[in-house]
Formats: sequence, structure tokens, C-alpha cells
Amino acid sequence: MTSETSSPAPAARAIDLRKTYGSGDSAVHALAGVTLDLEAGRFTAIMGPSGSGKSTLMHCMAALDTPSSGAVEVGGTDLGRLKDKDLTALRRERIGFVFQAFNLIPTLTASENILLPLNLAGHKPDQEWLDTVIEAVGLRDRLGHRPTELSGGQQQRVACARALASKPSIVFADEPTGNLDSTSGAEVLSFLRRSVDDFGQTVVMVTHDAVAASYCDRVVFLADGLVVDEIRNPKREQILEHMTRLQDLAAARTTQA
Amino acid sequence: MLKLTLRNLLARKVRLVMSGLAIVLGVAFLSGVLVFSNGLSSTFDSIIYSSTPDGVVRAEQTASFEAGPTQTTQTLSPEVVAELEELPEVARADGDVVGIGMSLLASDGTLVGGTGAPTLAFNHTDGPNMAGEPPMLLSSGRWPAAADEIVLDDAAADNGDYDLGDEVKLLAPFGDSERTATLVGTAEFNGGGTAGATLLVFSTEGAQDLFLDGADAFHQVSLTAADGVTQEQLAEAADTVAPSGFEAVTGDQVAEESQDAVGQFLDVISTFLLVFAIIAVIVGGFIIVNTFTILVAQRSRELALLRALGASRRQVTQSVLLEAVVMSAVAATVGIGLGWLLARGLAALFRAVGLDIASDALTLDAGSVIISYVVGVGVTLVAAFLPARRAGKVAPVAAMRADSAPARDSLRRRTIIGGVLIAVGIVFAVIGITGGPGPDSLWVGIAAGIWILTAAAISSVIGRPVLVLCRGLFGRLFGTTGRLAGENALRDPRRTGATASALMIGLALVSTIGVLATSLNASVDDVVDEEFTSDFLVQSTNFLPFSTSVGDDLEAVDGVATVSRQQWTGAQVDDSTVFVTGNDAAFDDIYELDMVEGRQQLQGNQALVTTGFADDHDLEVGSPLTLTFLAGKSLDLEVAGIFEGSETTGDVSLPLDLLADAGVPRQDTSLSIMLEPGADAVAVGNALDEAAEATPIVAVYDKQEFAESIRDQINQLLYMIYGLLALAIVIAVIGIVNTLGLSVIERTREIGLLRAIGMSRTRLRRMITLESVAIAVLGAVLGMVIGVIIGVLLRQALKDDLTSLGLPLGQLLVFLVIAVVVGVLAAILPAIRASRLNVLEAIATE
Repeated sequence: MTSETSSPAPAARAIDLRKTYGSGDSAVHALAGVTLDLEAGRFTAIMGPSGSGKSTLMHCMAALDTPSSGAVEVGGTDLGRLKDKDLTALRRERIGFVFQAFNLIPTLTASENILLPLNLAGHKPDQEWLDTVIEAVGLRDRLGHRPTELSGGQQQRVACARALASKPSIVFADEPTGNLDSTSGAEVLSFLRRSVDDFGQTVVMVTHDAVAASYCDRVVFLADGLVVDEIRNPKREQILEHMTRLQDLAAARTTQA
Repeated sequence: MLKLTLRNLLARKVRLVMSGLAIVLGVAFLSGVLVFSNGLSSTFDSIIYSSTPDGVVRAEQTASFEAGPTQTTQTLSPEVVAELEELPEVARADGDVVGIGMSLLASDGTLVGGTGAPTLAFNHTDGPNMAGEPPMLLSSGRWPAAADEIVLDDAAADNGDYDLGDEVKLLAPFGDSERTATLVGTAEFNGGGTAGATLLVFSTEGAQDLFLDGADAFHQVSLTAADGVTQEQLAEAADTVAPSGFEAVTGDQVAEESQDAVGQFLDVISTFLLVFAIIAVIVGGFIIVNTFTILVAQRSRELALLRALGASRRQVTQSVLLEAVVMSAVAATVGIGLGWLLARGLAALFRAVGLDIASDALTLDAGSVIISYVVGVGVTLVAAFLPARRAGKVAPVAAMRADSAPARDSLRRRTIIGGVLIAVGIVFAVIGITGGPGPDSLWVGIAAGIWILTAAAISSVIGRPVLVLCRGLFGRLFGTTGRLAGENALRDPRRTGATASALMIGLALVSTIGVLATSLNASVDDVVDEEFTSDFLVQSTNFLPFSTSVGDDLEAVDGVATVSRQQWTGAQVDDSTVFVTGNDAAFDDIYELDMVEGRQQLQGNQALVTTGFADDHDLEVGSPLTLTFLAGKSLDLEVAGIFEGSETTGDVSLPLDLLADAGVPRQDTSLSIMLEPGADAVAVGNALDEAAEATPIVAVYDKQEFAESIRDQINQLLYMIYGLLALAIVIAVIGIVNTLGLSVIERTREIGLLRAIGMSRTRLRRMITLESVAIAVLGAVLGMVIGVIIGVLLRQALKDDLTSLGLPLGQLLVFLVIAVVVGVLAAILPAIRASRLNVLEAIATE
């Protein structure tokens, strides 16, 4: 692995993260000791076969789930020390979210949805920044519409704008293109790419789509709750190759057992 | 299909428990009232039958309980008793002395009883009741033997703080009013308890001293039949011996008359309570409609799958209805159990106000149980019918669609029908206040019924402005959280409206009653202002007559110029009972009656009658009028004047001394006091209060105090009605809890998202609380608007009696505050539930 460019300070970091469901013989280790730095100003993809722990990793790092052991830091703050109230505030102010589906509150308009975390925090929005974001997602003329009046791609772009509105330390996206057709998906991914390149944001995306991952600076591969591999500046073919190898490995293990 | 239905029920335990709770409470109220009513009448039945002998010889036209506040002066001599006893059909004959108007004072000089149930005074004899048992049983001590001995009922002795051997203080209705007697025992009716009555039992000699001026005579004779003689044979034989003016009647007849008289009074109580039970059940029905509608909506995909798999519409509809039946049967069972407890609570409440109900009389009879089940299950079925039909209409293809809300009939159709119905209501109301045929208030009442039900059906439309206002207000006060809450209340106006309807009905009734009560209070002030023309008025607390010695004492107070005396009694005219007022000469100086014809001043055997009475009996000035009094004597009078009826006199007014001639014992019912010119009203008032203190059954009122004492009575009734309507409001609260709970389940993902992007638990709870407050305020505002309109119209229809309109603005404000509190309380459980949702699971929920 080459690293001719010096790595920036991590926006978030996981240290020996473990998550275990159940106990004794029936215990399932969703995360079996993950140590990972997510660099600021980079677009990172987390990939892996189903059950590899990629979603659990993201949930733990995004303060949505609590790990069984190990530590998570977001922007230098150790999440393990925070109570629910502080975690909520942290999610509101330092983390942005884009989910696979159902990202928007149906009773609010697009612009209200974008401003929701800021309003909840009681912060005044940075109008210049907002204009930049809204311009970038290209939805200025749809701001007064409710989610039901928007297409799936438009809804996801509103969700992206919301995630960025509070200038978070890091944006977590969980399969953001999973429910979209390829054109809409490309729009969403280009926007995420731009937010990293033009605005210096940090984006982490869980996906199993090689095309989506090819927009990223770095792809981290997970299998059986462990980081097994990573590629920088990946190409689509490279990613597919890695995925196939991982799936073959997994299949082989299943046959052995 | 049955198996599936039952599984569904089990799977939705919590939701069904909540909606079942509405039925539980409604049925509990209903069965509680039924059990209580039965207990009430069986308490009286057992007392009546256990205290009635085989036969009675009594003055003609004595209807046992209707004797009213008047003492009969017709008596039977001991010779008649002896003659009766000699009859072969008679095993024994016992002379009875019955005293009316006696009061018991506690050892500290305050009045015992007198709040509702009567105080009964009589002599003790060994005569058995119709079952051959003693009518009364001693609890302690012995029966009175000497003239100055007395036996009280257990409760009276207890309340008066008397022990055996103590001097008991009594107030006699005649002559020197203060008396004492030595307590020698305590007793109760054989039938159990006294139903709250205060019993004063004297020796025959003692009772004759008190009520017959010491004459050896009796008011009536109790007969015991010889072996093998029926009650009819006994009465027939006794009738041959009874002197003229007296009749012999069977014990069964006496008991029946008593039951009829008591029954009328008990029916009023039962009907009154039943009305509120019905309101509670109707409100419960609204909640069932709403719950089932939401449940069906949430399950529409599952129902569509059933349809796709080949279930017919009917099968789907029936499965939903079957759920309703099972749920309501369980709820009704719980409700009946709870109702039995509620009946005991009601009994305790009535005991506190002096109506003692034997607790073993409160039994769950088959009739009450059946009615409760029929009503509980019936209302639920009716309420679940529409949602069930809607369930049947879910198209099979809905199973494949992501968005699976069932088809809905358009709001526009509903709005149009609602508008038409409201217009129909307006027509009824207009007929009512412009004096259509029949009672005006009935027309307005029908309009009110139409409006309330229509408003409940279209509350989603007419309530929208209120919700929009709430949204704006919440947004301003609570920022985004408030806006979200306002939006949530608006997102399904139908559901919000239906939930608010239950509260609306309760508050519409409360507000109507509030307007009427306030108007009544204002009207009382009008009447008192106009008719209270003396300086002071003296009356007993329950308008019973009292000894003339009270007036004598007050006349002696310094500063008093005149004490005008008035006595009220009952008399018969053409088989109907009327109120007759005897006025002394001073009456005309104080009161000016509104004469329509003739003049107020009377001479000799002249009388004044009200316009209403004159119309009923075809009288004009100069017409003869014959009044028959309880004592059996009649008065032949000439109508000297006709006046517009007022509160100061009864239907017929005549000179006070004529009543004494008619055999009515001389007592006072009302004293009007005029002060000497220049007398200090406050000082004299205090002196009068002091002079009347020895007679706690009477009170001295000035104008303000009098109006206040009437207002107090009105307000007491008002608060009782509010208390009973509170149950409907509790049920409405359950409805809100239910709807919110179901909404939280429906919005699990949304709540998860809000939590994920940074809404704190506190704010989430606030959001749900505000939504709840919006629903409650909607119900309250709609209810109050409708209630005030109905109240104002009813006042208009009843303007002859309710001369002034009063709006209870303060109370309405309190209702609104209560609605907000209700909203906050209703949100507690759903809010906790929502804030405990695991964020991850909530997001993952399909």
C-alpha cells in the first residue's frame, strides 16, 4: 500500500471495536475487533458481503448503536463517555445521515427537512453555505414541495443536503443509492463526490454496489466482523475482483463448516 | 377464519386493551347504575314490607308517604282500638301515634340528619309486621317505657354523639319547641338500616304528649290478622268498625302506596344516573370506531393478502366484526365487575348525603348483567361495523402496493351531508325559539342532538382552523418540535377529528349545563331582587314548617317592627294536590302580588289563586272553590282575586286563620321580617341570627344570603353533573391515549429518523404531548362552541323561567385549561413509549 500523499487527521476512528449479539455458544460476533481511521476530507466506502458487519460498524461509528467493547471517536470525542442526551446532540451537530429509504419527514417541505437538524439544535443556518449546498443538489425550485411530491432521486438529494446543512464532521450514508435507478443514483453519488472535493466534507458510505464504491477515494473491505482489505483510488474492476475473492472465501468457509 | 381472528386479537393485545378500556368504563358505569338503582329500591322495599302490618285503619285519603309536612289532627280513641281488637278476624290491634316535623339535635346543639331523608317520630308497640316479625329490632338497651324516654336509630345516636342514659335534645314542630328525653336504647328497621331516615321512637304516652297534647288517642291503628284470615278479610271486617272519616286497608295496599311514592323519587335518581351512563357508552362507541378504523388501516396489507388468497369481502368484514365481539365480551365482563364496585362507591356517596343503602342490597342481578352485556357488545358491534366494512373493501391488489392506505370516501361528500344536517338542526332550533308547537326546549334539544352528532362526524373539516391555529401557536412557542406536532395533528384530520369528538361530546354537554346554570343563577338574582321585599326572611333549610315559637322569639328582638307569618300546606282540589299558602294580615304590607283581577286584600272565606291555577280549574273572580285538607276537613271559599304566580305564594292563598279552622295544626313555614325605620340592619341581623340559633332547622336570610343559599343549591347540582360528566371525559382521554399510541406505532420509522438526525428524547416527548394537546384543544373548543350555542338557545326557549342569560366565561376558560391538562396527561404513555424506541430498530422497521 502506497501513501505518497500524507494522511490527514481522522474525522472518526474505531479502536478494537467489538459487537457481540447473544452469549455463550450462540454468540454472534458482528464486529470482531475493528480498528479503522476514517480520514477527514475523504470519501470512504465500506464494503463486504452480507453479514460482514459493515452496517453494524457504521451504526456504532455514527452513535446509533453502542459497541460491546472498544472505542469510537468522532472529531476527537470519545463516544463511550457520552450519555444519550450528548449522543443526540453529537448526531445533530457533528454527524450527517443519509439512509437507504425513508429519509424525510413527510409532513415537512424539502427546505424544512434540510433545516430540521439545525432547527432542532436551535442554530442559525449559515445562509451562504446553505445556498451553496442547495445549488449543488440542484433542487432550488423544489424546496417548497413535500416529500410525496418528489421523485426518489430528488428525495435522496434532499436527504444529502440535510446531512450537509450543519457542516458535520462526517457524513454517514447507508446504501444511499440502494433504492434508486442508475441515473438518479449517479446524481446522488456525484453530489457526494463534489461535497468532498469542492467543500472538503468527509463522507463514509456503506454499499455493496461496486459502481457506487468506484466514486470513492478509498474502499475498506469487511468480512466476518474484521477489516480484511482496502484499496485506495479504486477502479470498478478492482473492486469487483476484491469482492468476488471475499465472497469465494466466505463460500469456502461455509462449505468447510 | 376464526382461528385467524383470535390470533389477530392476541397479536394486538395492547391496542385492544386500550380500546377495550373505553367499553369497560362505559359498561362499568351502566351496570354500576343499574345495580345501584336495584339496591336502592330493594332497600326501600325491604324496609316498607318489614314495617307494614297486615292491615291499617287510618284517616281517609292518607297516602302513606304523601302525608307531606302536615300533621293530621284526626284521631281514633282507645275505644275504637279495643273494638277492633274484639273482632274475630283481628288477632291484635295497636294504636299508632305518628309525629311529623320533629327534629333531633346533636349533643352540641347542631341538627342531625335533615339533609334529605326524613325524620320519623312514632310510638313503639309490640304489633308485628305482615310477616309476623317485629317491625323494628333493638340494637342496644330497651324500648321506651316512660313518657320522657326515647329510642334512636343507631346512626342517629352515633351522629348525635349520644350514649344510653344521655339527655337527647329534640326540636318539636309545635309550641315550646325545645324538648328532651332520655336515651334508653337504639334500634333499626327489621328490613335493615333506615335508608338514611332518622328514627325517634317514643312510648305511646310520650308520643301522645308530644303530638296529641297528651290526649289518649291515636292517628291510626295497626291490625294483625287472626290465624287463617286474609288481609282482605281483615280489612273488610275492620271497615265495619272504623268510624266515619277513617278507612281500613290491607297491609299490601299500604306497602304498595309507599312503594309508588318512594318509586317516583327513586326513578328520578335512577334516570338521572342512567342518562350519564348512556353518555359514557356513546362516547366509548366513538373511541371504538376510531380504534378499529386505525387498526384496519394498519392491517390493510394483511387484509389485502387475505383477499388475494381468496377470502371473500364478507369473510374479511366478519373477521373484523368477530374481533369486536370477542373484545367487547371480555371488556363487558370486566366492566360488569367494575360496575359492582362502582355501585358500592355510589352507595357510599349517597350514604354521605344521608341516603343509607344496605350494602347487601347491592347484588348483581341477571337483568343488570344481561343489559350490560347487550349494550357493551351491541355498541361495539355498531361502532365496528363501518371500519369492518371498509376492511372488506380493501382491494386484493393493495397487498402488492407499498403505500397501502385503504380507499376512503371523500371528505367532500361528508362535508356536504354534514352541512345539510347542520342546516336541518338550525331549522329545528328556529322553530324552537320562535315558539313552534309543543315544548320549545324539545325542538332545541333535537337540534342540539343533530348538531353534536354531525359535528362529531365532520369534526375533521370544521376543526381544521383550530388545528392550523394550534400549529402556528406551537411553532411560535416550541420551534420545530411544535411545528412537527402541529403537522402531525393535521396529517390525518379524520383521525384527529374522530379522537377529538369523544371529548367534544363531553364538553358540549358540560358547557350547555354551564350556560344554563349560570343563567339560572342570574335569573335567581332577578327573582330575588323583585320578590324579596322584606328586610329578612326566615325559612327552614328544607322548607319544612317549624314551631310558631320561633316567630315569637324573633318578634321580641329589638329593632323588629313586624314579623309576617306564612304557612304552606297541601290540599286536594278535584283529586289533584295543590300548594296552599296561609298569609297573616301583615303579608299584604310587605308583598305586593301581581294582580290580574280582583284585589289582594281578603275578607272572610276568600282566596287568591294564580293565573295558572285559575286556567286549570276554570275559575274567575267570584267562583266558589273547595279545598279538602289532610285532616279530612274542607274549606268552602270564594275566589276574590287572580294573580300572576310568584315564588312568594303557592297556587292558592288564603288568610292564615282559615287554615287552623280546617284542622291544619298551626305552624310557620316562612317568616318575613320588617325592621323599624332607622334600625341598624347589620346589628338587628346579628341579633336575629342569635335568637334563631336555638332552632338550627331555621335560618335568617337577608337578600344576599337568600340568593346565595339558592345559588349554593344550584351549584351543588351543577358540580354533581360535572362530576358525572367527568367519566365521559376520562373515556375521551383513553381515546386520545389510544390514537396517539397507534400513531406512534405507525410512525415508528419517522420517529427513528428524527432521533437519528438529532431529536432528543425530551423533544420527542414534547412533540407527542403537543400533538395530544392539539387534539384535546380541538375537542374542547368545538365542544364549548357547540355547548354555548345550545345553552344560549335553550335559555331562549326557557326564557319564562330563565329570565337572564349568563355566560360562564370563567368556567369556559377553566375547561380549556383542563383540556390542555387532559392532553398532557393523555400523552404520557405514548410519549414514553415513543422515546424508548430503539433508534436502530425504528429505522429498520418496514
